[in-house]
Order: sequence, then structure tokens, then C-alpha cells
Amino acid sequence: MTGKNPFEKLDKAFENRVRLQIMSVLMVNERYDFNSLKELLDITDGNLASHLKALEKDEYISVNKSFLGRKPNTNYAATETGKKAFKQHLDALELLIKQQKKG
Amino acid sequence: MEEKQLHDDLASIRNLMERSSKFISLSGLSGILAGIYALIGSGFIYYAMRPVMSRFPLADNETITFTDDFWGETSFINILVLVGALVLVASVATGVFLTIRKAKKKGQPVWGNTSKLLLFNMAVPLITGAAIVLILISKGYYGIIAPASLIFYGLALLGASNFTFGDVKYLAILEVILGLAGALFPVYGLLFWAIGFGVLHIIYGSIMYFKYDG
Repeated sequence: MTGKNPFEKLDKAFENRVRLQIMSVLMVNERYDFNSLKELLDITDGNLASHLKALEKDEYISVNKSFLGRKPNTNYAATETGKKAFKQHLDALELLIKQQKKG
Repeated sequence: MEEKQLHDDLASIRNLMERSSKFISLSGLSGILAGIYALIGSGFIYYAMRPVMSRFPLADNETITFTDDFWGETSFINILVLVGALVLVASVATGVFLTIRKAKKKGQPVWGNTSKLLLFNMAVPLITGAAIVLILISKGYYGIIAPASLIFYGLALLGASNFTFGDVKYLAILEVILGLAGALFPVYGLLFWAIGFGVLHIIYGSIMYFKYDG
């Protein structure tokens, strides 16, 4: 048994399923645009926007706004901080599973 | 956190990492059909052109002279290119149709990030290969057709394999090896071409079909 409580290592930002999913996508893709994310996660504009804002506020993702012709195109990418936080969160999940198997 | 939620979280991470970065709606069945078209095409060329083939040593770098009035050199090459184009068009059409059907079933957009990346990475080597083959045909180097089309197709698949099922990588490497072998033995160009585009597609299409199409 490790002395520390693995629950404390879980990142609060990823308690929400949608935020966890957004980070998963940005871990394996250099960048992803808003509409593709919306299609992939199958959620509403407002819902996605609010979770993206939260991740942006934590500086886990960076936002890049541009125009494709006249259409605004917003791209998101994971920052180094975000990637590190996500990896730590995964490690904590792994630890939790190991402990549950023992118990 | 409950155990169920833990496992759901992990499953959803895994699923999204794959679905967001790989186009997993490629149809195995279309590979099988493309292989069959290629075999029919090469069978047709072999039998219909046999009288010319015997006087048409593809390995020979020397000038080929034709005395046969019925199948002149030009019409032979025209038919070769025409059959190749027909096989290509039929394969692409089948592939697009079956892939759209599978994407709908999987809930993956047909024209999304992943399919765009897949097509772009295939297009560059494929267009380069098609151009070099056409240029060399126009200069009379017919022996290059089979090996070059196999090699460039293999390289296109290798690039594409990062954006779809990893298994495609092995097919890609086999196509390149066959192409190089075909370049060593140009006389058997058509045979190598039939193995690469026909037999290998049928084998790989079947593997993919049973592994992923179900």
C-alpha cells in the first residue's frame, strides 16, 4: 500500500466526463476544431463551450481563432501543463484500479 | 469514485483517442472486391494480349518493334492503361460506397478530420506515382508500370496506416517488397501486379472483414 491517498491525486478538472474526453482527444491530435469536437462528442454548443472555457482557464488547453474564408474557425490544442495534468490523472486512475483489485 | 465510473472513464478515454485520430470505417469487404477486380483485369490482359505479350518482352530495354497490325504497340498500351484505369475506378467506387455505409453504422463522419488526413497522406505518394508511371510510359519504359505502381501504392498505404487500422502497415510493406521484386524481374511484371493488387487485397480484405467489419 502506498501511504498517499490516490484520490487526492485525481485532477478536479477531469472529474467531469466531457473535460476528460476533450483532453483525451487533444492528447492524440495536435489540434482539433470546435465543430469536429462537437460532432465527435455529440454534445451541444453551449455545453462544449463551457467545458472548453473551464479547461482554458486552467491553462490546460490553448485556443487559436482563425477564419476559413468567412467562417470563424476555432482550434484547440493541449498545453504542456494540460498534458502533464492529464498523465498524472491517468496515473492516479491506474493506482485506484490496482488498489481496488487488491481490496 | 466508484469502480464502475472508473472503468467508464478509462473506456471513454480509449475510445475517443482512437475515434478522434484514426479513420476506423474503412471497409474490409471493399478490399476483397478490389482484389477481385484486379485479378479479373490482369487475367483479361494476360489472355487477351497473349499473342502480343510473347513479342513484348517487358524486360527488354531495346526498342520494341511491332509487325503485328492488329495489336500495335500503341493500342496495346492503350488497352493496358484502360484496363488499369477501369480496375482503379471500380475499386475506388466500391471502396467509397462501402466505407460510407460502414461510417454511418459506426457513427463516424465520412468527411471528418481523420478521413481528410488519411486521404491527404495517401494522395501525395499516389499522385507522384501515377505521374511518374505516365511519364515513363510516354517515353516507352513499359517495364516500370507494375513495379512503380506497387511501390508507390505501398508507400501511400504506409503513410495512411497512421490514420487508420495499424494492420494496413503490413500490407504496405508487402506491396513495396513485391514492387522491388517486380523491378528485379520485369518479365513477370503482370504476375507481381496481380499478386500485389489482387491476391494481397483479397487476403487483407478478408482479415480486416473478420476482425473489424462484424
